Amino acid sequence: MNTQSITQKLANPTRFMSLSGAILPWLSVLAALVLTYGLYLSFFESPPDYQQGETVRIMFIHVPSAWLATMVYALIAISSFGLLVFRHPLADVSAKAAAPLGAAFTFLALVTGSMWGKPMWGTYWVWDARLTSVLILFFLYLGLIALRSSFEDETLAAKLTAILALVGVAILPVIKFSVEWWNTLHQPSTGLTSSVHLDIRIPLLVMALAFTLMFFAMHLKAMRNEIMRRRIKAMQRARVDRVGASSVASAESSS
Amino acid sequence: MDLGPHAFYIWTSYGVVFALLVVIIFWLIYDGHRLARIYKDLEERGVTRRSSKASSPKDRG
Repeated sequence: MNTQSITQKLANPTRFMSLSGAILPWLSVLAALVLTYGLYLSFFESPPDYQQGETVRIMFIHVPSAWLATMVYALIAISSFGLLVFRHPLADVSAKAAAPLGAAFTFLALVTGSMWGKPMWGTYWVWDARLTSVLILFFLYLGLIALRSSFEDETLAAKLTAILALVGVAILPVIKFSVEWWNTLHQPSTGLTSSVHLDIRIPLLVMALAFTLMFFAMHLKAMRNEIMRRRIKAMQRARVDRVGASSVASAESSS
Repeated sequence: MDLGPHAFYIWTSYGVVFALLVVIIFWLIYDGHRLARIYKDLEERGVTRRSSKASSPKDRG
């Protein structure tokens, strides 16, 4: 009887490469289709908001970017836990591949929020609890990337980055509840069961789904690239070792 | 499409998002091709990983 769990099965990078290679094209096409439909709804089906006018359309890309900014960090934290506790071979690959993507979505959440803030609040930026905590999240992503690249030893870099990622997870509840704990310009979360009209809520949900699918497609591709990078490194190391061993052997035989 | 007096903010937001996403997607594809080429080159020169067994072309890139 096969008692391996899905996680155990995927722990094998070769099996992961084979499975992800089959899934990735379909996932990419699905993401592109949902994104196209979401853009159509965002620009042609949804009405202007009664208060915010046409600028409400920025929400259709701002909210999915902000959602991914925090979701990707949670994914990195889970992967880091998987590395430190279970030593899952793909956990570090997942965390490493996700960090630049998370930084990109956080950057997009900040930029689109700023672009939305100017016409609505009269300013691009304010040191408000929500905006500042998301900015800290962006710096945390940059910190993870910088910390990893500052060590030659990949195993050590992976462990230290994982520890920082787990410490930094404290920022997630701060971001989530910042609009309730402090007086902020940023509006509280409206949630999925809110009074937002369906004409606006549906495009938002479709765009959130499109961005999530797009992220998973990009993450799979980035993980595949990272596995290839590690394989190449292992091959180059093996070649150097063989060359070193053969030159030692020839030096010994000639002496 | 008339997006009113705030069209600049709307188009800039969408422009930045899609420009960055396109750059990331193209970079990932380019990086994948580049790594697959290096891998293939090493394989052709007979270099193998210590733990390697034959992997199918689908497993690469």
